Amino acid sequence: MNPGELVTFFFLFTTLYFEVFLLVTFLENRKEMGKETLTPEYFPSVTVAVPCWNEEKTVSGTIQSLLSLRYPKEKLSIIAVDDGSTDGTWHALQEFKNHPQVRLYQKENGGKFTVLNFAITHSESDLFGCLDADSYVDSQALLRIVKRFENKKIMAVTPSIHILEPKTPIELLQKAEFTLSIFIRKVFALLGSVYITPGPFSFFRREVFAEIGGYKHAHNTEDMEIAMRMQKAGMKIDNAHDAYVYTHPQKTVYRLYRQRLRWIHGGFENLLDYRSMFFKKKYGNLSYFVLPAAILSVCSGLYFVAFALWNVVNFASGKIAEAEVIGAEAFAPSIHLNWFFLNTNPIGIISAILLLLSLSTILAGKYIGEKTALPSRDIIYFILFYGILSPFWLIKAIWNTALSRKTSWR
Amino acid sequence: MNIPDYRKYILVFLITGAIFATALYVSNLINNKRVAELRSIENQIAINILSSETQYSLLAERSCKDLRENSALSSELNGLTERLSFTEKSLGTKNEEVITLKRYYSLLQIKDYLLMKRVSEKCGIEPITVLYFYSNKGDCPLCEKTGLVLDHLRSQYPQVRVYAFDYNLDVSAIRTLISLFRVENKLPALVFGDEMVVYGLSSTDDFEKALPVLKKLKAEKEKEELQAQSATTSIEKK
Repeated sequence: MNPGELVTFFFLFTTLYFEVFLLVTFLENRKEMGKETLTPEYFPSVTVAVPCWNEEKTVSGTIQSLLSLRYPKEKLSIIAVDDGSTDGTWHALQEFKNHPQVRLYQKENGGKFTVLNFAITHSESDLFGCLDADSYVDSQALLRIVKRFENKKIMAVTPSIHILEPKTPIELLQKAEFTLSIFIRKVFALLGSVYITPGPFSFFRREVFAEIGGYKHAHNTEDMEIAMRMQKAGMKIDNAHDAYVYTHPQKTVYRLYRQRLRWIHGGFENLLDYRSMFFKKKYGNLSYFVLPAAILSVCSGLYFVAFALWNVVNFASGKIAEAEVIGAEAFAPSIHLNWFFLNTNPIGIISAILLLLSLSTILAGKYIGEKTALPSRDIIYFILFYGILSPFWLIKAIWNTALSRKTSWR
Repeated sequence: MNIPDYRKYILVFLITGAIFATALYVSNLINNKRVAELRSIENQIAINILSSETQYSLLAERSCKDLRENSALSSELNGLTERLSFTEKSLGTKNEEVITLKRYYSLLQIKDYLLMKRVSEKCGIEPITVLYFYSNKGDCPLCEKTGLVLDHLRSQYPQVRVYAFDYNLDVSAIRTLISLFRVENKLPALVFGDEMVVYGLSSTDDFEKALPVLKKLKAEKEKEELQAQSATTSIEKK
């Protein structure tokens, strides 16, 4: 075995280990996924902050969906904060100025974390959550989240985020990606290792902020930083997989690239900031499995992209050489139907198994989030294009981290 | 405190290991089946050659036509070449099984080459034979291209008999061929007919210049294709 094969086998083994670990955890808890969450026994007071920055088109729908939540009206209040928008957001918010459940504020632009801290100081409820101004909630979502807080040890709960009405290939690709995230988020919660409390509809007990402080800038990924800080303080974060939240997809490849670059770069910076949490017994699975796997998955992702690229270049140069000799015939498809010519290289077999397991994880995500495990078109787009697109933001994020460059919000 | 479940870590490690071991086992199993199939094809060809040789001995009682039609180097040997080349790529050039199969294959080719020479002398035919010496040790950058041209020629003109030999293969019969034709280590080397050794050919044009009979075959093929085309057109008109 040459060194190249050895490295390939190492990354294949670690990737396979990660996938098997997630699936085993899922199978151990599969009964829980199918259960319907019951109505909570008590209704704590809840504040939902809606940070708005140039969201004139969507903010009204976001607040309307919050007002349609099935929850006692006197227990639910909404704080919408215009963070120095330059469009008609403040004007759009005026629709709710007389609504008894909604409070409107306007402040100078300072970034999302400043809005959240502002809203925290203006709220006195038992639970505090946030909903991005481009997202919408299912009417049952809050009940299902609150139910999770009946466990006194749970300090925060994350929802199940879905893509809203995806139509184009780029939107469908994000749908499958979010479906996979539903699976991963649930399994990480089962492992006690949630390290992101996403912007759309994550909720916290009030004591969290009293104990560990408010949000920080955190390289524009404040939702990851606060979760890491909670984990460091030994606070439990759960996931309500049946609390559905819908968010608009990125419409273009460039916008998707910008968003993912911010997420991944912020993720790297936060991992660096919290590097002391690696391989420490007190942080449990997060420390021994989830965080190292996050780093390894980036390395293996880059390695396999380079590996695939090398194979494509080799194949193409072989075909070009063939074309020089025999002309256009070289590009005619040559399919050997005989078993003899099947690629049975161990790397090929293990890669096929990995692809099947990845497909299983997406289908498991569908089962958790949509109560169906039937394959759909979005999965095909994801398999075909995600591997081509993701290296761009991954490489740029590594580059930015290495050179300590900042990534802008938009 | 969230204590890691070490038993699960070990269990998952074992499952992953088992998947890996199964993949390696299946891959090995299929490779063994491949080698077995190659061996079986080689044995079949060996029987065919032996049969042809016996027929040759009985030539007085049999027609030349029969012998030509029953020659061992037919689609069987071409199919074997393709399979052997695939197996060599899969298992690597240093694999012992591959080396043994290649040795046997080379000997079969030499036997067929010799038989065809004897048949051509007796029956007065002039086979178009090409002995091709290559190396896959990385010291012959043109060999891949030359191999492609020869594959192409073989598929276009079945009359062309290509015998490919690994220059570095440790087979005394190959060494004898090399010294017989005084083939130098300047690969790719090609022996046309029985005497002309040419080095470094790597395009169809090169081959057409070195082997003018190819142009004749090409013209014949084009004529046949035209005739077939006009026959089809006249049937369609009717």
